[in-house]
Amino acid sequence: MKDHSILRSARTKSAVELVMHILFIVCGLLAVIAVLFISIYMIASGGPAIAKIGVFKFLFGQIWNPEAGQFGILPFILSSIVATALSILIAVPIGVGAAIFLTYMAGKKTGGIFLFIVELLASIPSVVYGLLGAMLVAPMIFKLQTMLSLPQSGSLLSATIVLVIMILPTIISVSASSLQAVPKTYNDASLALGSSKIQSIFKVLLPAAKSGIIAGIVLGVGRAIGETMAVMMVAGNAAMMPTLLGPVRLLTVGISLEWAYSSGLHREALYGIGLVLFVFIMIINIVLNIILKKGGKKA
Amino acid sequence: MANKIITKDLNLYYGTHHALKDVSIEIKEHCVTGLIGPSGCGKSTFLKTLNRMNDTIPGVRVTGNVLLDDEEVYQNAVDVTQLRKKVGMVFQSPNPFPMSIYDNVAYGLRIHGIKKRIIVDEIVEKSLRGAAIWDEVKDRLKKSALSLSGGQQQRLCIARTLAVQPDVILMDEPTSALDPISTMKIEELMSELKKNYTVVIVTHNMQQAARISDYTAFFLLGELVEYGETSQIFSMPKDKRTEDYITGRFG
Repeated sequence: MKDHSILRSARTKSAVELVMHILFIVCGLLAVIAVLFISIYMIASGGPAIAKIGVFKFLFGQIWNPEAGQFGILPFILSSIVATALSILIAVPIGVGAAIFLTYMAGKKTGGIFLFIVELLASIPSVVYGLLGAMLVAPMIFKLQTMLSLPQSGSLLSATIVLVIMILPTIISVSASSLQAVPKTYNDASLALGSSKIQSIFKVLLPAAKSGIIAGIVLGVGRAIGETMAVMMVAGNAAMMPTLLGPVRLLTVGISLEWAYSSGLHREALYGIGLVLFVFIMIINIVLNIILKKGGKKA
Repeated sequence: MANKIITKDLNLYYGTHHALKDVSIEIKEHCVTGLIGPSGCGKSTFLKTLNRMNDTIPGVRVTGNVLLDDEEVYQNAVDVTQLRKKVGMVFQSPNPFPMSIYDNVAYGLRIHGIKKRIIVDEIVEKSLRGAAIWDEVKDRLKKSALSLSGGQQQRLCIARTLAVQPDVILMDEPTSALDPISTMKIEELMSELKKNYTVVIVTHNMQQAARISDYTAFFLLGELVEYGETSQIFSMPKDKRTEDYITGRFG
């Protein structure tokens, strides 16, 4: 009889519930704390160096020469911006085109295989992209450099090409899923008015998927600006103002390249670069959130 | 009255499923023709053969003839975009594009190369008036079409269809997603529309068919069971199955 009492198990059960409840709260808090900690740490460790060097001198100084006490990171900032912008400029049309193919032209089977390959592309470690870039892309650029009688070196162009390949999967899969979310009835309505398939895609379906595609682009920007390893292997890494066929050092590479042997103000300045990169990525994420919210409201 | 659309022994297969069986019908110009029948009887499928919207579904095969103004619709020489310009369609649930009211109506003009502002303005107004929605939207043409009520959206869709100046308007249960007042407005509109257009409407609602259509076609299991003047179909059906359906014995 006692086994069937409605009172018996109540206490143990509620204890389990309570423990799980707390456990999940702790899990959630951990992530929040991590972000908070990183933010505080970056500001605390990067801030003083920037203050010592001078904000203007640091951000807009054109010469990076730690031995001589010159810590201008404008070449890094510009290289990062140019490499990211160029790779986005190239990757977006290709990525959106591939998403259109995937959504409207490939059949279920072809589309499935295609998507699988794209996702595979996304999961390849970046050092492998770096290897491929160094072995395949850079030599092609070397030929171009020789033709133009420039010194052979890693270059902005090589880095851009590698970045394009790396951000394509993000742009393809995000764009494809936002295209797939566009109601089929829009397409029907457009076709029934006598539009061609292509007109329908460009005038109705792409505009309807716009906010999702922009989100994909912003994610791609985030990925490109944060990439280190693959870029380091093909970019030449000289601390120079960016030129298309000359060597460049991006913000990320600026930190990792000199980290091991830096000390004193030099090391602090590397923290400063980290802070700049951190702020860049924060801005990108905030923009992304605003775009996503706007898109959500419309739908 | 002249025949606008004639079908002869029209058959349609979805893969192995035989969805339309030897449908032969003569649809009269400037009339409202109602297509009735239980769910899955092929009435919507039949409607979509008239502007070849079935082409967008993979695995569809059509045999037989569909003649629009004595021209075969199912031949290679047909430009489906021109066909669909001539044979417009309004769908079951309102499906305006996520653009402004104005752009929704102007869309069809733009894709057919009409871009001159004055002309577009004029046709947009005329189409919105034609669909009896001008007075409700004239002050907010730049607002999103999605801000309209369901009934207004459906009339906007009708205006969008009118803008490309079709001869025939196909309507696939255009009021099934609407409230009674919106339904009444669209039914009233129908009798206006037939002055200038030939209207073919699929409806689930037999009272609606009786109210608005001049001719009624009853479909069952992919067959056209009976076709004639609406008054005759509803008062003296010749076929036992039609009688059973309209008296509510099944369906």
